[in-house]
Amino acid sequence: MFLQQIINGLTVGGVYALIALGYTLVYGILELINFAHGEIYMIGAYLGIIFLGIFTAAGLTQYSLFLSLFLTFVMSVIVCSAYGFTVEKLAYKPLRNAPRLNPLISAIGVSIFLQNYVMLTQGATDKVFPHVIPVTTVEFLNVTMTSLQIFIIIASLLLMAGLHLFIMKTKTGKAMRAVAQDKTMASLLGINIDRIISVTFIVGSGLAAVAGLMVAMYYGLVNYSIGYIAGIKAFTAAVLGGIGSIPGAMVGGLVLGLIESLGASYLSSEYKDAYAFIVLILILLVKPTGLLGKSGENRP
Amino acid sequence: MKKVLFMFWCALLSMPFMGIKGGAYLFVGICVSYGVYVLLAHLFGKIKKPAIPVNTKLLSTAFIAFAFILPFLIKDYYTDVAILVCIYIILALGVNIVVGFSGLLHLGFAAFYGIGAYSNALLTTHFGLGFWSALPLTLLFTSMAGLLLAFPALRLKGDYLAIVTLGFGEIIRLVLNNWDSVTRGPNGISNIPSPFILGFEISNLMYYYYLVLGFVLIAAFIVKRVYHSRTGRAWLSIREDETAAEAMGINTRKYKFMALSFGAFWAGLAGALFASKMHFVSPESFSFMESVFVVCMIILGGLGSIPGVILGSLILVLLPEVLRDFQLYRMLALGVGLVLMMIFRPQGLIRKN
Repeated sequence: MFLQQIINGLTVGGVYALIALGYTLVYGILELINFAHGEIYMIGAYLGIIFLGIFTAAGLTQYSLFLSLFLTFVMSVIVCSAYGFTVEKLAYKPLRNAPRLNPLISAIGVSIFLQNYVMLTQGATDKVFPHVIPVTTVEFLNVTMTSLQIFIIIASLLLMAGLHLFIMKTKTGKAMRAVAQDKTMASLLGINIDRIISVTFIVGSGLAAVAGLMVAMYYGLVNYSIGYIAGIKAFTAAVLGGIGSIPGAMVGGLVLGLIESLGASYLSSEYKDAYAFIVLILILLVKPTGLLGKSGENRP
Repeated sequence: MKKVLFMFWCALLSMPFMGIKGGAYLFVGICVSYGVYVLLAHLFGKIKKPAIPVNTKLLSTAFIAFAFILPFLIKDYYTDVAILVCIYIILALGVNIVVGFSGLLHLGFAAFYGIGAYSNALLTTHFGLGFWSALPLTLLFTSMAGLLLAFPALRLKGDYLAIVTLGFGEIIRLVLNNWDSVTRGPNGISNIPSPFILGFEISNLMYYYYLVLGFVLIAAFIVKRVYHSRTGRAWLSIREDETAAEAMGINTRKYKFMALSFGAFWAGLAGALFASKMHFVSPESFSFMESVFVVCMIILGGLGSIPGVILGSLILVLLPEVLRDFQLYRMLALGVGLVLMMIFRPQGLIRKN
């Protein structure tokens, strides 16, 4: 029972961590809580269903399931990144030098817009993920794991490792760290700030798209309103780990997933959604810098 | 050319959701509306707006007089809407104290609104109190809730405060939804009695309108007086620069406490009025969207301006009633409106200094 909940928690936690990375990346560079990030994740989930539907209709899924799933992932990530990129250009870029609350309110506006846009174009009812993936279960030490769970845990860990390498080893990653430290200095040294910010949004949205797709596969249902609650939880994960810190977001996501699944099974499942908020409030009160964050001038 | 390309890009992005045909329509739609905008801007842009001297005192007197004769001019249905507008004005006045005057972005105000409504509902249905005897208790509860939230809020700034208050709002909603033995969960509480004045039941819409209007006038008057007092100036200084305010000897802790509990007080009043008007409350009415909706009202009207708050509430409650056919697009427009407002006119419709 306990181990089972750990596995469930890690599955959900991996997804939270992927979304939390998007928050943390953007916060590290712009000091903006990207309220619309949860909606980007929701769009990712919808895109997965839409593209897989297209590929199935075209006969690709029957021909090769692996290829069609792979293409679904690739297409969703590309289109979702394009959404993140466009949102930044339209709603945040004009407000870069405005008082700090203005971009936040603008982000809330984007979030409302995207949610209703998807509701109007795709309908308010739940969308079902096509049943094309054969799910097998693995029994191990009294714990039942589905192949999807294993896939989600491994994929999210791989993506996190990939992101870490990208940030630490590539030139763009180095530039991102430089911009996060000091924007003015970075631009004086010849780094194109606009480009780096766009890259940040593209990478964050891409990770959110993967998270959305995996959730759609895992639960089988998608609704236009999933972005809001997932966004809040992922934000909590980012704060828990220390906002602005990339390893922090990964740890925070996994920890939050564990807290939630253990809390739901041992305390009360009715208040499952409230745990994230309680954790958030406690963390901000007791240790606002989070588990792995550094304290700084603009941190809470 | 760049703009057309950009519109094409947007249309392309929408294609997975709207289909190829929908995307094409969208492209044509944006192009045409942009063309119309450019044309209009070209035609009217050169006309210089003459500065109209506005006699605010006369205007507000006329407005109040109009509000008094309003129910005689309109149908019952619209009186109902007018009552809703009044309740939202009271709520927005409360939010305005916190967000507009003190600059603390609070995204959980629906919680106070909900606490007010539920306190009224429970006190009148469970304990058999009347509206008037329940009202002071309700206001006490909500002000206490405001104080309670002020503890975490005092330690946080800006966007963190926004998130924590949002979390607080959601926790309250979840409690209302799940604490079945007291709040009856999602079913809500029904049969909330109407208020009595001198043994006379205020059940008629018109009478209720006057009751709520009276509260609006009282609220607007008190908030205005407080705004021009030492406290109000302290709030403004906190909003403009907290460090400087503290350096000038303002006890920022104390004034933030005051702002939050005073704001919650008005939200509680609005909640109590809402409960006794609807005779029914359920957790659904106090969601996150409600909080955002009220914040939108004061942003639209102009942060920190009392006429702005009234104008914002009027527009946001009336617009969906007027544009009934476009109900579905209401929230879509609200989202776009917020973004455009922030980019082009962050100070709101009514500018305050």
